[in-house]
Amino acid sequence: MNPETLIAAVLILPLLIAAGIAAMGKFPNIREGVTIVGSIALFAVVIQLAALVSSGARPELFVGQAAPGLAIAFKLEPLGALFAVVASGLWIVNSFYSIGYMRGNRERNQTRFYICFAIAICGAMGVASAGNLFTLFIFYEVLTLSTYPLVAHKGDAAAQRGARIYLLTLLGTSIGFFLTAIMWTWFVAGQRLDFVDGGLLANVQISPVVASALLLLFVFGIGKAALMPFHFWLPNAMVAPTPVSALLHAVAVVKAGVFTVLKVSMYIFGADLLNATPSREFLMDVACITIVVASLIALTKDNLKARLAYSTVAQLAYVTLGAMLADKAGFMGGSLQIAAHAAAKITLFMCAGAIYVATGLTNISDMRGLGRKMPLIFIAFFMASLSIIGVPPFAGDWPKYELMQGAVDRGADWVPFILIASSVLNIAYLLPIPILALMPPPPEAPVKEFKRPGGAPALTVAAPLFTAFLCLILFLLVDPMGDFLAPALDAATTTVQEAALP
Amino acid sequence: MTLESVLTSAPAWALAHAPVLLVAVPMLIAPLVAILPNGRAAWLISVLTAGVSFYLAIVTLALVQSSPTGILSYEIGRWPPPIGIEFRTDALNAMILLLVTGIGFLASVFSWPTITSELSNRNKLGMFYAAFLLCMSGLLGVASTGDAFNLFVFLEISSLATYVMVAMGARRDRRALPAAFNYLIMGTLGASFYIVGIGFLYAATGTLNMADIADRLPALTDNRSVQVGFAFIIVGLGLKAAMWPLHQWLPNAYSYSPSFVTVFLSATATKVALYALVRFLFTVFRPEYSFELASFSWVLAPLGIAAMVICSFQAVFQTDVRRVLAYSSVAQVGYMLLGVSLATAPGVAAGLLHLFNHALMKGALFMAIAGIVMTHQGTTIRDFAGLGRTAPWTMTAFAIAGLSLIGVPLTAGFMSKLQLGYALFAEGWWWAVLLVVFSSFLAVFYVGRILQAAFFQPPLNPRKTHKEAPLLILVPLWILALANLYFGIAADFPLGLARDGAVAALGVEAFR
Repeated sequence: MNPETLIAAVLILPLLIAAGIAAMGKFPNIREGVTIVGSIALFAVVIQLAALVSSGARPELFVGQAAPGLAIAFKLEPLGALFAVVASGLWIVNSFYSIGYMRGNRERNQTRFYICFAIAICGAMGVASAGNLFTLFIFYEVLTLSTYPLVAHKGDAAAQRGARIYLLTLLGTSIGFFLTAIMWTWFVAGQRLDFVDGGLLANVQISPVVASALLLLFVFGIGKAALMPFHFWLPNAMVAPTPVSALLHAVAVVKAGVFTVLKVSMYIFGADLLNATPSREFLMDVACITIVVASLIALTKDNLKARLAYSTVAQLAYVTLGAMLADKAGFMGGSLQIAAHAAAKITLFMCAGAIYVATGLTNISDMRGLGRKMPLIFIAFFMASLSIIGVPPFAGDWPKYELMQGAVDRGADWVPFILIASSVLNIAYLLPIPILALMPPPPEAPVKEFKRPGGAPALTVAAPLFTAFLCLILFLLVDPMGDFLAPALDAATTTVQEAALP
Repeated sequence: MTLESVLTSAPAWALAHAPVLLVAVPMLIAPLVAILPNGRAAWLISVLTAGVSFYLAIVTLALVQSSPTGILSYEIGRWPPPIGIEFRTDALNAMILLLVTGIGFLASVFSWPTITSELSNRNKLGMFYAAFLLCMSGLLGVASTGDAFNLFVFLEISSLATYVMVAMGARRDRRALPAAFNYLIMGTLGASFYIVGIGFLYAATGTLNMADIADRLPALTDNRSVQVGFAFIIVGLGLKAAMWPLHQWLPNAYSYSPSFVTVFLSATATKVALYALVRFLFTVFRPEYSFELASFSWVLAPLGIAAMVICSFQAVFQTDVRRVLAYSSVAQVGYMLLGVSLATAPGVAAGLLHLFNHALMKGALFMAIAGIVMTHQGTTIRDFAGLGRTAPWTMTAFAIAGLSLIGVPLTAGFMSKLQLGYALFAEGWWWAVLLVVFSSFLAVFYVGRILQAAFFQPPLNPRKTHKEAPLLILVPLWILALANLYFGIAADFPLGLARDGAVAALGVEAFR
């Protein structure tokens, strides 16, 4: 297949899957079969594309143009390919998990759930492969709108409230700031919005004040990146069923946000212009504050999913921090964090979901001694926690290493201390959970019987174990990943003069 | 079908007389319709008439685009212009004519089921359709004429017909009567201001032909009576165009008139008045006078922004869907005024593009509401609960038009806001862009409330299951809804019309 067809397939496959799910709504087994087969097919196509990208090709697809510069066009580069591989690969795992969770929990409206999920994946694929800001924005909003019914899935008052906050925050920031920034860029760059190696705005006369304002509008407007003070939608979205929290609010949605931040930094601004932009340092400070404050809030949360949500807010800020470091190591750290954190956080969420299905427990304080009854789950949880903390040999080690190196290179000597503080806080809020669970329960409060007689369904145990081992494998794969990303990072950090040469 | 093929296939009489026939045909058919005893025949003849006008408007547009000067001048009764009445059509009016006839045609097709269910006395149907044709004819006349006094005559024809049509909503809601009376007072005030202004201009220049006035004005820039005339004309037309704060008549008139009337008026009446405003600001007075000597930007822009922000806020707090949209209409007029107030080619083009797109959105929205009124009665937001389930086709079209009203990418509304943003940035008015964005954000709220009720709340009366609007409503509704999507993806056609219109208003050198 030629590259154009492959890109079209990546975008159309999820929609076909959604249609297939809708058609098979009456037959749950066939419906789930469609999801599984479809997600595997999608992953196969994405892998082919990634192979093309790693051989130096940049698959493109031009659909049409609404007005000068406002085109629907796709162009896959290494960073986008990485995001697409992560999202589509984890979708397979998560689909298996969803089947176990949704059936084990006897949830209603399962057909709608799987349809929206497939559309959300389409949104993520579109964000990953977008060739310009306009296309990216459209798929960004597809992602927002398709996940709204998923957050509101339960339909009770709390779910409705959480979903409303979710939708209003994401739509508000994206229309209020992100879209304004896009319009402004379109004007400043002379009716263009493409992602250009070395930065679209790098070759344009632009005053530092305008560049600062634009950068602020971009970074805060991309609400999915959950930078403080626009982070509160993420804890509120935790009313969703756990598979949604696992794939969307640890992988697809939030990663689409930080991916967009990286993409804007690398392909709209470029490292040189970013360095000349005064508001960059302010945003670095905001990212550091987000890391520390969100981790401190996570410490105070007894609800497991809430704690994980704040942990996600803190971990996402790593990527923003990497983007704002605006050098090769920073971009590299941010990109690696997308993959490493995805594998670790999806594991943690899937564990939380498995515990909920088996016991109905949501609070950490009730889980003492539970590890004796579900050891596999807590071992997976333990491994993923170590990856988040950044202990070798787990994948989460590399992004921290790269970020520290990038920060030291830039002379921001205090950033490594922030990252170390973050690791300490990670230890404090994550490790007690599996350790206390694996300890014998206190005699005065013995562990209760499972709510569900058979304990957690096998699928909900196998999936987190698989992703936990993925954290180990990713640790070993850092070199190939670095080589894969290198061309994109080189392009983004090339100086303007070179890029401008014909 | 390209415009050239329209010209080659058009009959000779159409080519020679299209600009005047498209006004004259509905006006001459109106009395005939009034005496028809059969309502259905009256409807069919009205549809046919509106269709003919629409065709003639297309021919006119093709003629304007193919004419070397870009101006069609039609001398009525062969009296040469400064003395006789002239119909003068350029790219600016051709766009308005196309819009009014196109919406008029679609609206007249859609009118039958709603009018028969909302009008008390079926014997009055003939009269009603006569009023509709007169109103359309008047609006088209305002948009075609090149004579300032003649414009007043057409303005009054359309207004008087409108008062009648608004008052006919009295069966569904008695408040239609005070609304019509209020509109009558305000509208007459506006028209009087306009005619007084024309009187001052006539006193100073001694002519009523717009082009002729424009030629004589540059020598009279310091003339007091010209200045007073300018003020009177702007206030008069501003009242008709629902320019904030002269919009008080609009919400009630839109809310209580028959559904069909709301559709037609919201998509055409204020647009035509706004056209007249642009015509006077740019063609008659010239931008040098309006914007430099009278520094009119600093009057128009704040009024536009006030409308955008204040009326969007008011829309958020309405409980009746029709009032939500009525206040939103005033806010949208604000966008157009803001674009026009820049007095640059991109600004005026953005204003005109939004004028075009807004007609598509509001036409579709009010058509959907008409369908809901027919099948489910009530129009409060509470009544809309669960309609996404019971009337999915109607509400999906409503949602598309609603998203366009917000300005979501891939809809027509986004294109016009983008153009407006571009024009504002080009002038360095970035603060105004923020206000535009803020107002769009308010639109998310007021449209979102309706959509949330329709799609995410259970129906009020669960026994009322599937009840869709009739096909005669659905088809025009979906044509408009799809137009909202189409012109958001391929915006070349309306964008070209708006740019040509801006060039016609500002002069050829306006676009570098």
